[in-house]
Amino acid sequence: MSEVKFSKEHEWITLEGDVATIGITKHATEMLGDIVFAELPEKGSNVEKDGTAGVVESTKAASDVYTPVSGEVVDTNQAIVDDPSKINEDPEGSAWFFKLKMKDQSEMDGLMNKEEYDKFAKESAS
Amino acid sequence: MEIKKTSLNKLHQSNNAKFVEFAGYEMPIQYSKGIIEEHKFTRSHSGIFDVSHMGQLFIYGDENLTEELEKIFPLDLKNLKQNCSKYSFLMNEDAGIYDDLIITRIEEGYLIILNAACKDKDFEILSKLLGKKFKMNLDNNRSLIAIQGPKSVEILNSIIDGVDQLKFMTGNWFDSGNQKLFVTRSGYTGEDGFEISISNDNAEKFVQNLIEKGAQLIGLGARDTLRLEAGLCLYGHELDTNKTPVEANLRWAISKSRLSNGGFIGSKKIMNQMQDGVKQIRVGIKPEGRLIAREKTKIFNDADTQIGEITSGTFGPSVNGPIAMGYVDSEFSKVNTKILLEVRGKKYPANVCGLPFYKKNYVKGVN
Repeated sequence: MSEVKFSKEHEWITLEGDVATIGITKHATEMLGDIVFAELPEKGSNVEKDGTAGVVESTKAASDVYTPVSGEVVDTNQAIVDDPSKINEDPEGSAWFFKLKMKDQSEMDGLMNKEEYDKFAKESAS
Repeated sequence: MEIKKTSLNKLHQSNNAKFVEFAGYEMPIQYSKGIIEEHKFTRSHSGIFDVSHMGQLFIYGDENLTEELEKIFPLDLKNLKQNCSKYSFLMNEDAGIYDDLIITRIEEGYLIILNAACKDKDFEILSKLLGKKFKMNLDNNRSLIAIQGPKSVEILNSIIDGVDQLKFMTGNWFDSGNQKLFVTRSGYTGEDGFEISISNDNAEKFVQNLIEKGAQLIGLGARDTLRLEAGLCLYGHELDTNKTPVEANLRWAISKSRLSNGGFIGSKKIMNQMQDGVKQIRVGIKPEGRLIAREKTKIFNDADTQIGEITSGTFGPSVNGPIAMGYVDSEFSKVNTKILLEVRGKKYPANVCGLPFYKKNYVKGVN
């Protein structure tokens, strides 16, 4: 599996073959607070880089989830729809959102590595 | 304008509060445990709320004042005993609501608790209505602390002996150390609890004492989910100058004896509405599934006609599901009426339901 990469919209992404797994970062969940609702893209649909691909809602507000790369949705994580609190518990592990079959792997190039993202998150939080 | 801070601001900071601006004040929306934990702790133990941003208006006077206030509020104040409280409204001539409030008769006159965002305007309106006949003091030197939840009576009574004798919607002055506190048995969470008016200088120490006894600080986020589960209105959401108490389904708060003769501001409109009914009325709404329908969500009937709008909507931690309140056309206001909510361009099923969503635990008493 590839190194974890991060987007400015606070998603994380890993690549295995041509299938990317995408979720939201721990930092994002801390900003959102208790997550109580998650909506995921439909399996078989196509999503475009930087387009919306879902929604999460905390007790406070609704936020769009963006996809950092384009592709066809090949799997979604029903467990986080059934129990959205899982997203707060393990955002960068078992609470992944969806898997995409990527068309253009060069879309990964512009994303941040862990160190860059941590710095970005710290700056955007202050 | 510079943001205002309450006397507990430093205490909030040292308890890792996340702050928001609310009605010109820097207020804690939550602490480190988060809204759901704070909400549940209040329901099971005892939560402390800094509500010092709310207005504490003392109006001093005798029976003349009572008579003047009866021209303003739809209450039978002549028969309101000393130390008893009533929920009421400040209205315009069309019965539009300027503010909702709690008024308590005290020895010296009345104490009125006002919403933070409305208090200055309320003061202006009341000053005009009452003229210069009565001394009025919107007291900025006092903080207001709410303690809510089943353990609150035990905790507060260990600090202020005798508060356990207060009945719901009554209050009194208490001596604690060498300070005078005004304590009412009331609140806005659907739980048994108290609100304590205390001088700013003593507030922080008092709250630290409550924390030592096992109560915890709770932010405005949980205050909102608690009040919504209890089916209680929030000014600026369910209530504003475009809504009347009848439309807001708050006719219970209007004293029966005042409905026959009127004589208070807005009484004509209210009496008409009581007779003829209203076009739209406030109801409870439960979306099916987990969908959250927030304020401004449009409500439709099955013929695709818009019939109303959500005024508050969130996830209810104790209900363990989404809850909302809103206004619908009166013919759709019956419990169990099927309605549709438009969220992110799609329509989702929901049901009109009775309020509250969560059963109240008030300690009842004669009032």
